[in-house]
Amino acid sequence: MNLLRLSLNLLRRDWRAGEWRVLLLALVLAVGSLATVGLFADRVRQALQEQAQSLIGADLRITSTRPFSSDYRQQALARGMQVVQSRTFPSMVSHGERVLLSELQAVERGYPLRGKIEIDDGELHVAEAIPASGTVWVDERLLRRLGLEVGGEVGIGARRFEVAARIVKDIDQSIGFASFAPRVLMNEQDLAETGLLQEGSRLSYRLMIAGEAKQVAALKVALQAKLSGNEKLEDVRDARPEIRTALERAESFLGLAALTAAILAGAAMALAARRFVLRHLDGCAVMRCLGAQQGQVLWLFLNQFILLGLIAVLLGSLLGYGTQALLVESIASMRDANLPQPSVLPLLQASVSGFALLLGFAFLPLLQLRKVSPLRVLRRELGAPEASGWLVYGVATLVLASLFLWHAGSLKLGLAVLGGLLAGLMLFGWLAWLMLHGLARNVFFMRSQWRHAFNNLSRHGRSAAVQVVALSLGGMALLVLTMVRGDLLQGWQSKLPPETPNRFVVNIQPDQVEAIRDFFKQQSLPAPEMQPMVRGRLVEIGGRAISGDDYPDPRARGLVEREFNLSYMTQMPSWNQLVSGRWWAEDGKGELSVEEGIAKTLGIKLGDELTYDVAGSRFTAKVTSLRKVEWDSMKVNFFVITTPELLEDYPSSYLSSFYLPSDKVRVGDELSREFPNLLLIDTGAVIAQVRGIMDQIAQTVSAVFLFTLLTGLAVLYAALLSTQDERSHEAAILRTLGADSRYLRRLHLSEFAVLGGLSGLFAAGGAVLLGWVLARFVLEIPASFDPLIWLVGIGGGILIVTLSGWLATRKLTQQPPLRILAAD
Amino acid sequence: MQAAGLTKQVLSGDSPLTILHDVSFAVEAGDSLAIVGASGSGKSTLLGLLAGLDVPTSGSVSLNGADIFAQDEDGRARLRGELAGFVFQSFQLLPALNALENVMLPLELAGVSDARQRAEASLQQVGLTARAHHLPKHLSGGEQQRVALARAFVSQPKILFADEPTGNLDAATGAQVIDLMLELNRAQGTTLILVTHDDKLAARCKRQLRLAAGEVVQ
Repeated sequence: MNLLRLSLNLLRRDWRAGEWRVLLLALVLAVGSLATVGLFADRVRQALQEQAQSLIGADLRITSTRPFSSDYRQQALARGMQVVQSRTFPSMVSHGERVLLSELQAVERGYPLRGKIEIDDGELHVAEAIPASGTVWVDERLLRRLGLEVGGEVGIGARRFEVAARIVKDIDQSIGFASFAPRVLMNEQDLAETGLLQEGSRLSYRLMIAGEAKQVAALKVALQAKLSGNEKLEDVRDARPEIRTALERAESFLGLAALTAAILAGAAMALAARRFVLRHLDGCAVMRCLGAQQGQVLWLFLNQFILLGLIAVLLGSLLGYGTQALLVESIASMRDANLPQPSVLPLLQASVSGFALLLGFAFLPLLQLRKVSPLRVLRRELGAPEASGWLVYGVATLVLASLFLWHAGSLKLGLAVLGGLLAGLMLFGWLAWLMLHGLARNVFFMRSQWRHAFNNLSRHGRSAAVQVVALSLGGMALLVLTMVRGDLLQGWQSKLPPETPNRFVVNIQPDQVEAIRDFFKQQSLPAPEMQPMVRGRLVEIGGRAISGDDYPDPRARGLVEREFNLSYMTQMPSWNQLVSGRWWAEDGKGELSVEEGIAKTLGIKLGDELTYDVAGSRFTAKVTSLRKVEWDSMKVNFFVITTPELLEDYPSSYLSSFYLPSDKVRVGDELSREFPNLLLIDTGAVIAQVRGIMDQIAQTVSAVFLFTLLTGLAVLYAALLSTQDERSHEAAILRTLGADSRYLRRLHLSEFAVLGGLSGLFAAGGAVLLGWVLARFVLEIPASFDPLIWLVGIGGGILIVTLSGWLATRKLTQQPPLRILAAD
Repeated sequence: MQAAGLTKQVLSGDSPLTILHDVSFAVEAGDSLAIVGASGSGKSTLLGLLAGLDVPTSGSVSLNGADIFAQDEDGRARLRGELAGFVFQSFQLLPALNALENVMLPLELAGVSDARQRAEASLQQVGLTARAHHLPKHLSGGEQQRVALARAFVSQPKILFADEPTGNLDAATGAQVIDLMLELNRAQGTTLILVTHDDKLAARCKRQLRLAAGEVVQ
């Protein structure tokens, strides 16, 4: 009990003397930044999840062309999850003389399970229920094309319905062409009366399920095994590939940002702890001398550390909570998005991590203190005891490694960063020591204060190396984050450029191609590219007949069992990318180009001969190239493209996509009127939604990045403080020996410039390597190599370290030397 | 206290360097012994070994009949806590603790319950009651050394080790501190082992042990 009181007493005293300030600051900042990033990411993730869920209206969605076995619904209900079903089918909707092919969806009460439909029934609001019996909700396109207003009547099949509302924000859109037709939402009860449910109706069934994440995951696994070939199970992540990848990359980035914060905090704490240890060596030796046993010394400090940890965790959590709230408030789109409240998990995670950091980075060095030789009271020149055994460090590394993996949220990311960090730690340390010594030996030609600076740094090889390592690691983490952030944002911006096609046209007859070109010319719009499409089924690979049974993967099976779209052309579409083989010559014959994904799924290799069945007749051709296709580019894409002579003679129709500026929306309607057989699909709404989500992710990434930068300052502060004592002592001696403050200032600035330059050099080198690894293997984005990074690293290092070093040591050169020497 | 054949060698580069060679002597309880010699003669090394702060290359030290090197470092720490008090040239007060707390420290480490009262009494003995709540940096050198004396005697040690206790003090202050130390020593019947290069100070001890180049010369 006495010991506890003594440790509290020591803590209080040390506190008053400012001994704990750096450590506490580093820890508070660590917990604070981890909490900020965690809470913020949690909220954004929840919001994105909600938005993504609203794309399919549920957590899980099964689509099929046949009614579902009741077993699915039972299974979900048995797990306590919510289930609703809907049926979707294309049908004509009439109003007066006009009719329009639309997508009807009949829904049950409870729809949608996730996301909100916004409607306008005189006033704009979120729909609380589904359309009442006898009424329908329709979208803007339908109103416009039928010349209809809310309150009007439409005919669907044998029944008339009142249009009760306009759908402003829709959800649950399927992927595929049908969904882009105007939407009509009706009550399931009315479906029978329309008389549209007849043999041969093209019904699509959707079973929508919602529940807790664990239930969803479990159900997904359970259902996946039971699905038949025409049933498709989607969760949020399958719904829109571009959002999925954006989300995954954003999560990786946020993980990286949190990791960076942890690294920075760790570096700051390691430095602070080192300083703490050095300053407490004497005290510990005295206590040992006065009879304190190793365990007692350890216990004394453990008590203090736990208390410090508790205070820091509390302050850090508050700081984190406040900062993320401020962050959200300061970004307009975030504020408007009404982000959900964060869960407590990130706070818990940050707190546990704070303690792990404290024990890993700060407490381990303290284990040294326990072993201080009591002889130090007689012989002060005895240094700090040697670092403890490998076991202790092994355990610490393990703890920190798990912490990393935890925060990274992905094994790959965590391992990459951890590997980079450890490699950096050793390499930077070794290089720093080597260079400081090497430089010191070759400085005879330099001016006095530089020579002195190098000699000084090399004499304090160890602490200087520690400083360089900490600053390099911090700099490296920040530079990597900067690079990756740039690459990510650029990737997203290029993904959906402003003129991304927002209309698909299907079913263009060959004899209409010219007429449509003319139509666009009349409208003074660029003529869209139109690609021929022929439907065919793959029957043989390399002369061997294949069937769905050859492929256990349901996706592969589906691809083999059904026909898919083939096209022919002489030039490769500019938005495709050749990955192997080569594109055929102008007059090439009998060649195929296959999309790399499907080639992998079906086991097709370059050089394989494929046989297709088109309308009952077969042709065989050789795969001479594999292409990479951006499926989320909103452009027309094909799995398989052939040389023209193979398909030219088969009946075909043409597809196209084009961009319609918002002031030319009517052109679409005119196109439909002039060519009534065309199916014109409006993808504008989907693009806007996707772009909105991406914008939010981008802003999140930038905001979190800024905060992490701030954490970097803590490292700087700790790094500068870590040698303050030595510096102050030396300054006093030099001043006693007659050095004026100008000389001292120059000496310090030269030292800081060397430290900053070296750190910047290492940071840039490490960042280039680690950034490449991350981009290539973790985020899977093209890595950019901007030579500017070297300039930023080295220049920034020199500038920042020298400037802040000057601020920190300004006072040293002015204090009377006796006061410092007397205090030692 | 009995020292037998104490030898300390350290490695200097590749060759062993002998700092102390075969030092043997005995001190009766209540006696005072001054270890004198020039700088580098091995005085402080000998004191460190006698107090169990360091281990010898060979030889033994027994305190109250027990061989202190038969114990591990923690065991010696316990012995020091129970039997020994220390006064150093550089005072070695904990800068973060005030005078009273510094004096309380050995008692608290030993788990004594009335540490505060005893520490206050001890401070009173050295005449520093008024300065009890000052931090070391606000005390003069002489005052700091008096706090160190109060700390050394507060646990009523059987033996007091003093390493150049006046080395950092001017002559007048040093004399005061020595008077005080010898007086406390007499009052408590403590054995005193004093390291000094000051012959006048050494003469105030009952016995002198002169070291030169690590060997006892007198």
